Amino acid sequence: MGNRRAMPDLKSYPSSSAAYLGGVRHALTSVFFPVMAGTYIGIGALAHDFGLSALWLTLSTLFVWAGPAQVILISGIGAGSALVEVAIAVTLSGIRLFPMVMALLPLLRTRETRTSDLILPAHFTSVSMWIESLRVLPSIAHEHRVAYCNGLASTYMGIGTVFGLVGFYLAAGLPPLFAAALLFITPISFLISTARSAVTMLDRLALGLGLVGGTAFAAMQIEFDLLWAGVGGGTIAYLVNRYRNKPAKADV
Amino acid sequence: MSAELWPYVVLMVIGFLPNEAWRLVGLVLARGLNEQSQIVLWSRAVATAILAGVVAKLIVFASGSLATIPLGVRMTAVAVGFAAFLLIRRSPLAGVLAGEAVLLMGGYFFAP
Repeated sequence: MGNRRAMPDLKSYPSSSAAYLGGVRHALTSVFFPVMAGTYIGIGALAHDFGLSALWLTLSTLFVWAGPAQVILISGIGAGSALVEVAIAVTLSGIRLFPMVMALLPLLRTRETRTSDLILPAHFTSVSMWIESLRVLPSIAHEHRVAYCNGLASTYMGIGTVFGLVGFYLAAGLPPLFAAALLFITPISFLISTARSAVTMLDRLALGLGLVGGTAFAAMQIEFDLLWAGVGGGTIAYLVNRYRNKPAKADV
Repeated sequence: MSAELWPYVVLMVIGFLPNEAWRLVGLVLARGLNEQSQIVLWSRAVATAILAGVVAKLIVFASGSLATIPLGVRMTAVAVGFAAFLLIRRSPLAGVLAGEAVLLMGGYFFAP
């Protein structure tokens, strides 16, 4: 790189473990801590409600590690939807991870970085981790970014796991009214966070059409209602947006 | 295959694999696709609409304890929560708390 810009205050750490702990500390003090705790309390309650086990919930957090995909999976399996439909819905909801990983990796990669070092950060990629990483990594010394990012993301994952179990056991033990309030966390928080990140006309239209389509097709008991609502609503939103020829920005 | 293992197989095959595949695609194609490309825009719209559909179903066709709360209360709670989010500096926390408060009060007073 010929253009070595002067960046005197890149944060450096004495070792990789210190950088990892820096990431841990960042996660524990970030605004996403309460957001993630609340989200996973809701997901845990949902898993309990749909008859899945605490172990299943924990493994889904560790392996799937994407709130929307977990909600689609839990509600789909629990409601006895066709597994093909659930699989397609999870696949479609996961597409957004792909440009996110692509945008994150250039920040992490140095000349010495092996691709195998990047598998873990790629797996850890989820909305909150991605937003925080993109914000904070540019101020961390290059050689410590992977460790810092792993510390940040594994702590988020730990928060998700622990609070998922909290929600699971609370839902099991609370009176119905409070259990209902826990189950309400998932839909209301996902609705609001989706609306919050829906800054373009395309996103807002997709959100509105998905809400209407999801309700209407389910009420009509059409098979694969969710896919019709999602693919249909999303495609209509895309076409309307394109037809109006106002470029939408995709910043994921 | 035993019945107890089945949910875990389902988790791996239709939860883990379809999701993780996209992360690996991102890892392999680390440079290339433009974030503004049409396929990215389309997939983003579809993902948003699917999530919105799930949210709508969880509220309108609620299950378990949430189903004991009358539909009118659930809808009012969502509307108030969303309005609070818009009015109180687009704060997600304000929206969720307002919605939850309405749900708890409505559930308490209008329980069947």
